[in-house]
Amino acid sequence: MVTQLTDIMSGIILEEEARLSLRELCDACAVHAEFIIELVDEGVIEPTGFDKSHWCFSGVSLHRIRTAKHLQQDLGINLAGVALALDLIEEVQLLHTQLQRLSGPEHE
Amino acid sequence: MEFKDYYEVMGVKRDATQDEIKRAYRKLARKYHPDVSKQADAEERFKEVGEAYEVLKDPEKRTAYDQLGANWKAGQDFNAPPDWDAGFEFSGGGYTGGFGDGADAGAYSDFFESLFGQGFRTAGQGGYGTQGGFHARGSDHHAKVLIDLEDAMNGATRSFGLRVPEVDAQGHVTTKERVLKVNIPRGVKQGQHIRLAGQGNPGMGEGKAGDLYLEIEFNPHSIYRVDGRDVYLDLPVAPWEAALGASIKVPTPAGAVDMKIKAGTTNGSKLRLKGRGIPGKPAGDLYVIMGIALPAATTDKAKDIYKDMQQALDFNPRAGLGV
Repeated sequence: MVTQLTDIMSGIILEEEARLSLRELCDACAVHAEFIIELVDEGVIEPTGFDKSHWCFSGVSLHRIRTAKHLQQDLGINLAGVALALDLIEEVQLLHTQLQRLSGPEHE
Repeated sequence: MEFKDYYEVMGVKRDATQDEIKRAYRKLARKYHPDVSKQADAEERFKEVGEAYEVLKDPEKRTAYDQLGANWKAGQDFNAPPDWDAGFEFSGGGYTGGFGDGADAGAYSDFFESLFGQGFRTAGQGGYGTQGGFHARGSDHHAKVLIDLEDAMNGATRSFGLRVPEVDAQGHVTTKERVLKVNIPRGVKQGQHIRLAGQGNPGMGEGKAGDLYLEIEFNPHSIYRVDGRDVYLDLPVAPWEAALGASIKVPTPAGAVDMKIKAGTTNGSKLRLKGRGIPGKPAGDLYVIMGIALPAATTDKAKDIYKDMQQALDFNPRAGLGV
């Protein structure tokens, strides 16, 4: 069944405009606050604000938390391992982009 | 529907021990995890392996699956025999996470659903839904969308098909196609997320709907490469243009511009056209990488010109190599 929506929707770019509270981030990633607090303790994400009720996260955190959740659930990695995997995945992605930039589209 | 050989998917023998199955799963899950693997079909493979493991790791489900017999081949047309699961109670089997993400609820194959689906869904639904006074915010939905570089340059309106799993009153999961028209904001970068408030899954009771998150990914472009907001272009130039300098036309994502190249430009040198990349604050730059293209010496005239150059110019390109 196909529902055709004719309204054109506009959103915001999370990485640039959004500042997410702990609550919003929990909803967006479907995780408990405890999980996010643990990730902050592990240094995986870095909020601004001096205490938990004033914590403010950038949109980049969303991606990291979701990946962390998947890695933990699917591969049974503990948080320290998740943190390491995330850093390595991001480094690989960076290198991949650089490689693409240097080698041209025909080598993709 | 097609029969699925879960042993084949996991690459284990039919008499593999539970430990062997677990090890095989861990290995394959790491290999095909969509957040880790760069393989195009990684997500599909990952789901397939997850489904196989879901059955084989649980002795009860595995026994039930085994009793279908060893004669089935993967891909063969299959219908679950009536009462095939008599004597089994799957609902208490305990389903692992990873697929419980809302967006992924339709992750299992029809084959799996026909065998194990019913008990799982009804068990999972227990206590929810129709009870009065229960309100919950709908879950958020995540999806990846592919756009072109030009969309990010100018902004655009694009339609996307989203597959949304729906659970009916009997607990069956069907996927519904939903078409969305979305404004792609000018200046969006690869990997960024667009949040569409209230476009996720509907809430329960008076709970608000969740949000929809779209992750932006660029289609590979035929001539440009993109890194953040910067755009890279390989530009072929004629030897005389590089040697003598010239004013040439250069394509940019926003339309062709005139560019001056200096006399003595070398192969691989880079020119930056400030602000000609993806717009934004700050706007990206366009990097033009010069590649000197040699005219083919296929005609006598062309050959003569090369010979003249050889005689007139005392040129040893390998002087720096000591030969």
